[in-house]
Amino acid sequence: MIWDALTLQLGYNATLVTIGAALLGMAAGATGTFLFLGKRALVSDAISHATLPGVALAFVVMVALGGDGRALPGLLVGSALSAAVGLLCVSALTNRTRLSEDAAIGAVLSVFFGFGIVLLTVIQSMNSGRQAGLESFLLGSTAGMLWQDAMVIASGGAIVLLLVAAFRRPMTMVAFDRVFAASLAMNVPRVELAMMGLALAITVVGLKVVGLILIVALLIIPAVAARFWTDRVGHVVISAGLIGAVSGYAGAAVSATAPALPTGPIIVLVAFALFILSLLTAPNRGVFAVVLRHRRFRARVHVRQGLLALAQGQPIYEGLTLRLMRRRGLIRADGVATELGRTQAGKALRDERRWQLLRSDPAYEEAAASYDGLTPLDDVLTPDQLGALDRELQPKGVF
Amino acid sequence: MSVELVTTEANREDRDALAASPLAVRGLTVSYGEKPAVFSLDATFEQGAMTAIIGPNGAGKSTMLKAALGIVKPVSGQVTAWGEDLEEMRARIAYVPQRATVDWDFPARVLDVVMMGQYRKLGLLGRVKTKHMQTALHCLERVGMDGFADRQIGQLSGGQQQRVFLARALAQDAELYLLDEPFAGVDAATETAIISVLKDLRGLEKTVVAVHHDLSTVAEYFDRVFIISTSKVAEGAVADAFTQSNLQKAYGGRLATAQMGALG
Repeated sequence: MIWDALTLQLGYNATLVTIGAALLGMAAGATGTFLFLGKRALVSDAISHATLPGVALAFVVMVALGGDGRALPGLLVGSALSAAVGLLCVSALTNRTRLSEDAAIGAVLSVFFGFGIVLLTVIQSMNSGRQAGLESFLLGSTAGMLWQDAMVIASGGAIVLLLVAAFRRPMTMVAFDRVFAASLAMNVPRVELAMMGLALAITVVGLKVVGLILIVALLIIPAVAARFWTDRVGHVVISAGLIGAVSGYAGAAVSATAPALPTGPIIVLVAFALFILSLLTAPNRGVFAVVLRHRRFRARVHVRQGLLALAQGQPIYEGLTLRLMRRRGLIRADGVATELGRTQAGKALRDERRWQLLRSDPAYEEAAASYDGLTPLDDVLTPDQLGALDRELQPKGVF
Repeated sequence: MSVELVTTEANREDRDALAASPLAVRGLTVSYGEKPAVFSLDATFEQGAMTAIIGPNGAGKSTMLKAALGIVKPVSGQVTAWGEDLEEMRARIAYVPQRATVDWDFPARVLDVVMMGQYRKLGLLGRVKTKHMQTALHCLERVGMDGFADRQIGQLSGGQQQRVFLARALAQDAELYLLDEPFAGVDAATETAIISVLKDLRGLEKTVVAVHHDLSTVAEYFDRVFIISTSKVAEGAVADAFTQSNLQKAYGGRLATAQMGALG
């Protein structure tokens, strides 16, 4: 069944929803990257919670006008309006009062969400409200989704994706260096508002599938996961888009096989799995790579210190140093230096003496800056320079 | 007692001074909250000169630069560039912010940062062409950072970061360069590299204005000084304005006798 869903064989509607969710995930990942890099990730949480009163009010208005309260376009317009009000509240509280942004986010998020829940409760006590199913907007659901609904989600995702591509340069510059961006007469607040506007669009479009409580995860987790893999903005955006797309696709497909499961949490769990994978296994920034690199570095430090101690006839006390040197065949089990150990100790000491000389000579100032106690001087100087340095060492009878 | 009004003659003179100056401010007051960081400042920076803005900590040096560029909104005052409205002249002005203001763990390479200097040329959607890349690479070469283009910015030392910021400003190909503490916390090699780039700029008739904190190098590096302590203390050629009495006015008791030695 799950295999059928993943290979898009569950029928036309399910297929459409799955593709829509993938597009939405891609757009969310790409948009979220700029929020994450600009350290504004939590603003999207305020935006998403602020959609709820809008959804409820739109329902009431549409019923009052004698229409179908569940019409998705109407509900989305309502949610967008109240999310925009919430966003403006956050920005006004931050800019015009002494409140910091996190406090403003907390206040707006909880007040709007609380108001929305009250409205939902009232609606459920209304006659037309019982079958409204508005609570599916909290956690998302693909059950009973119509063809038009899927089209709204897919095209909304595609439009946001195009806008992200169009505004990538100003958004990158503002995220990296807003002061410099401002010096180019770039309207920084407006760029940030556009960034938030895109997050708002994602939230609104994703309301039906992911739900308002968890849409923030689809905005942020892909970007955070993607950051582990690459050191370039463009690549982070693309990778985040891919991770978001896979999450949306797999989440929607799984949820299509079991309509009782809410879609949002499944999408988020898939994204989370990809995040854990990235956190652990990414080269360079991943946990495994960092631990491995640190262990190698520590071994280099210990061996070097051990060799210098050997060369100067000093005792070595540290267990780790002794173990590492034994394993490399530099000392015997009883701690006496082997042939190899003596040769290398001699080399290490000569290298260290060369460094000391170089660092006391202003002519080598630039090279001296790369002294870290570990790097052999051969890696820093050309053979000619080394020769000249050795000629200075010789007459003093250092060797 | 009546206050004599500014004569039209004086007015005209000032207009000429403004037109000749790449950057001039009149009556500039900037305030964070209700305490002015700079108060009623008049400054006229001279074309083709290297000017140091000096003053004690919290004297408003950086604020003055930011307000002159419109990054911080002043409470009052006007800014002109070559006698025109600042906005008209933006393309001719490059700015180097303090390097500590950005997150250097940002996912970008050195080349990406330098390319940001060409944003005005590229616009929103313009394609990056070979000539843009070559400009950026050439700017890196000028600050002695050739070979670093592909380096992740998080791996740079403080001095290298500062040089990358300078290269980004060079990529703007401006007439006026404003630098905020370009020598703060950099190594000796970087200081030499930066000052030689700035002197080259002056050789090309460009104007350089830098917030500077090291009084011992003012006379060696700069032609002119602007001494500020919330309001203007003095402005002029180093020989005229960089005097013990002016510094005493700006720094008060904070001026160590050792620093006075710089005056020779």
